[in-house]
Amino acid sequence: MAISPPGRIIWWNEPVERTELIWIVIAFLWGLFMFGFMIAWHFVGGQNLNKEAYRVTPSGYEEKVEQFAAKYKVREEKGIPVVKPGAGAEVYLLGRVWQWWPILELEKGRSYRIHISSADLQHGFSLQPVNINIQVHPGYEHVITLTPTEAGEFGIVCNEFCGLGHHTMTGKIYVTDQKKAGGENRFAGGDRP
Amino acid sequence: MTAETAVGVVPRSAEYRLCQYTGLRIDSAAQALIKANAVAAVVFLALGGLMGLLVALTRWPAVHLLPAEWFYLVLTGHGANVLLFWIIFFEVAVLYFASTILLNCRLAAPRLAWLGFALMVAGGVMANVAVLQGESSVMFTSYPPMMAKSHFYLALILFAVGALIGVAIFFANLVIAREEGTYKGSIPLVTFGALTAAIIAVFTLASGAIILVPTWLWSLGLISSIDPLMYKVVWWAMGHSSQQINVSAHVSIWYLVAALLVGAKPLSEKVSRTAFLLYILFLQLASAHHLLAEPGLDASWKIVNTSYMMYLAVLGSMIHGLTVPGSIEAAQRRNGFNKGVFEWLRKAPWGHPAFSGMFLSLVFFGFIGGISGVVLGTEQLNVLMHNTIYVPGHFHGTVVAGTTLAFMAATYLVLPLVFEREIVWPRLARLQPYLFGIGAAGISLFMMGAGTLGVARRHWDITFADSELSFAYSAGAFLMMGLNGLFAVIAALGGALFVLITVFTVLFGKKITGGHKLTFPLHAGGGEVASHYGSEGTLKLPGTAILVTVFFVAFVLYYFINWKYLSELWLFR
Repeated sequence: MAISPPGRIIWWNEPVERTELIWIVIAFLWGLFMFGFMIAWHFVGGQNLNKEAYRVTPSGYEEKVEQFAAKYKVREEKGIPVVKPGAGAEVYLLGRVWQWWPILELEKGRSYRIHISSADLQHGFSLQPVNINIQVHPGYEHVITLTPTEAGEFGIVCNEFCGLGHHTMTGKIYVTDQKKAGGENRFAGGDRP
Repeated sequence: MTAETAVGVVPRSAEYRLCQYTGLRIDSAAQALIKANAVAAVVFLALGGLMGLLVALTRWPAVHLLPAEWFYLVLTGHGANVLLFWIIFFEVAVLYFASTILLNCRLAAPRLAWLGFALMVAGGVMANVAVLQGESSVMFTSYPPMMAKSHFYLALILFAVGALIGVAIFFANLVIAREEGTYKGSIPLVTFGALTAAIIAVFTLASGAIILVPTWLWSLGLISSIDPLMYKVVWWAMGHSSQQINVSAHVSIWYLVAALLVGAKPLSEKVSRTAFLLYILFLQLASAHHLLAEPGLDASWKIVNTSYMMYLAVLGSMIHGLTVPGSIEAAQRRNGFNKGVFEWLRKAPWGHPAFSGMFLSLVFFGFIGGISGVVLGTEQLNVLMHNTIYVPGHFHGTVVAGTTLAFMAATYLVLPLVFEREIVWPRLARLQPYLFGIGAAGISLFMMGAGTLGVARRHWDITFADSELSFAYSAGAFLMMGLNGLFAVIAALGGALFVLITVFTVLFGKKITGGHKLTFPLHAGGGEVASHYGSEGTLKLPGTAILVTVFFVAFVLYYFINWKYLSELWLFR
C-alpha cells in the first residue's frame, strides 16, 4: 500500500523514451516556428498594429476631433457630420458614451493616418464586418495607418463594455472607390476637388 | 491552545483515519477543511452557473431574456462567482489534499486555515452583495476609469487574502511533511503539480494586491486616478495568471484521476515535472495576451510575452497532452487491454464519472481551449478577435470544458473518499460529465464561431435596435448565438445535475463503512501510484501517438486558417 518504499529514488537520471522525445522535439520546433512567424509577419505581412501613441487629455483630444470634423465635413447624417479627409490629412476618430464620432468617408486603396482615442471610458473599436478590433483608452491617442481594401459601408461597433448604453454605441465608415482620375491625383499631389 | 500551536510550530497531535480504498492516512482537520472548501466551491458554482445560464439566454437572440441593466449586472456576477470563487475554493481544497493526504501528513495550522476560509467566504458574499446592489456592474475586469462601489474591490481583496492564507498553509504542510519525514524521496507528481499552482498563485495574488489595493483607494477618493493602461498590465498579471493556477491544478487532477482509476504512473517523472517547471517559469507572461490590441506597447515586448517566451509554456502543456493519455495507455496495456491500437481507450472506465470527466476535460482543453488560446494570443491574429465573443469562447474551452469539468471529475472521488458518502443516483452521475462536457464544448465552439464573425462580447443587443447608426451582423452570427444558447442550456442541465448529485450525496448519501464496495470503484493499486513517484517507462504507445498527431494536424491547420483570414483584412501598420 501507500506506505511501501518508493521504486526508484533517482528519477532525474532516467532516460526519456522515444515517443516522448519525438513529441517534445516536434512541439518545441513548432513553438519556435510560431514565434518566428510573428516576427516574420512584421516584414512580409500587411497587418501589424502600430505602437505609435501619445499622451493626451480627453478634452484636448475632443477639441482636435472637432476641428478636424469642421474642416472636412461634407454633409450630415442624423445630425452627425460625415467627414471626408483630404489627402495627407490626419484623420481623427473619437469614442465616447455612446457613439463613434464623426462618420468617416475614406477612399479605397488610399492610406490614412487615423488617430483614435476616448473622451471618457475605455471603448473597443470594432470595424465590421471587416473584423478589425482595437482597444481605445482615454488619455492615449493611438495612431494607425489604415488602408481600406474594399469599398462599401462599414459599421464600427463598441466591443468594450462602457456602461448601460454600451450596446447602442456604433459608428460608420464609408469607403468609396477612388475616382478613375488617377492622373489628376498624381498632378494635384493627390488632393481632390 | 497557545499561539505557537495555532501556527503549527509545535506539532499538533493530529487525529488520523486510514482510507480503506487507497491506504492513505487522512488528518481529520485536513478532511474537515477540504470538505468546507469543496462545499463553498459548489455553492458558488451553483450561483455563478445560474447567472451564466441567464447571460446565455439573454444573448440568444430569439430569447433575449433579461433587460440590459440586469444583463450587465448578472454578467459581472457570473464572472466573479465561477471564475474566482468556485475555482479558487476548489483549488484550496486541492492544495490541502495534495499536501496532507498524499504526503501522509497533518495540516499545519487548522485555525489559521479556517480564518482563511472565513475571509474567502466573507469576500465571496460581500462581492455578490455589491454586485446585486446594482452599482458595481463593471464586469469581472473592472477596467478604470469605470468605477465600482468600494466594497466590490474590498470584497475581492478579502477573498484574495483568504486564498493567500490557504496557499501559505500549503507551503507549511510541505515543510512539515519534510521535517517529520512522512514521505521518502521526492514529493509525488500530483503534489508537484499542486506546488506549481501554489507558486503561480503567490505571483497572481501579489499582482492582484498591487493593483486592487490602489483601485480600492481610488474608489474611496484617496487616489485621484488610475492609469487605464497600467491597470491592464498589472490586473492581467492576476487575471491571466490565475488561469495558469487552474491549468496546473487541473493537470494535476488529470494525473491523479488517471492514477486512482487505472493505476497510471507518469511515463517519465522527469518529463512531466519539467513540463510543470516550464509553467512556473513562463506562464506569468500571459498578461500580454490582453494587451495585444493596446496603444503604445512595442511589438518585441508583445511577441516575447504573448508567446510565453518562445512558447515554452505551451510546450509544457503539449507535453502533458502526450504524457497524460500516454500514461493511461501504458497502464491500460499493463491492465491487460493490449489488443490493437485503441483497446486500451475503448475499455477504459468510461462509466466512471471521474474518468469520463477527466478524459473529456483533457480532450476539450487541448483541442478547444488550447489551440484557440495560442491563436488568440498570436500578436497579429489577436486583432481579428480582440474583445469579440471569441474570447469568452476560448476561455470557456479552458476554464469550463477544461478546469471545471476536471474539478467535477475530481468531486466524484472526493465524495466517497473524503466525505465518505456513496454517490446518489449513479446512473445520472454516469451521464453528468458527458452532458456538461458536450454543453461546455458547444458554447465554446459557437462563441468562437460568432466571434470570428465579429460579434462583440459583453453586449446586450447585437441587433443595435436603439443605435443612431444601425449595423447588422450576418445571419450566421445570429445562428451561432442561438446555438450557443442551446448548448448553454445543455451545459446548465449538466451543471445543475452536478450540484444536485453533490448536495444530495453530502446530505443523504449512504455513509460508507468498512468493507463497503464502491459503486464507482478505484484501481487496486491507485492510492500507491498517486502518492509515490516512479516512471512507467515508455512502452510502445501507438494509440497516444495517433491522438497527438491528430491534435497537431488540427493545431497547424487552424493556425494557418487564421493567418489567411488576417491577410484578407484592410491593411494597417
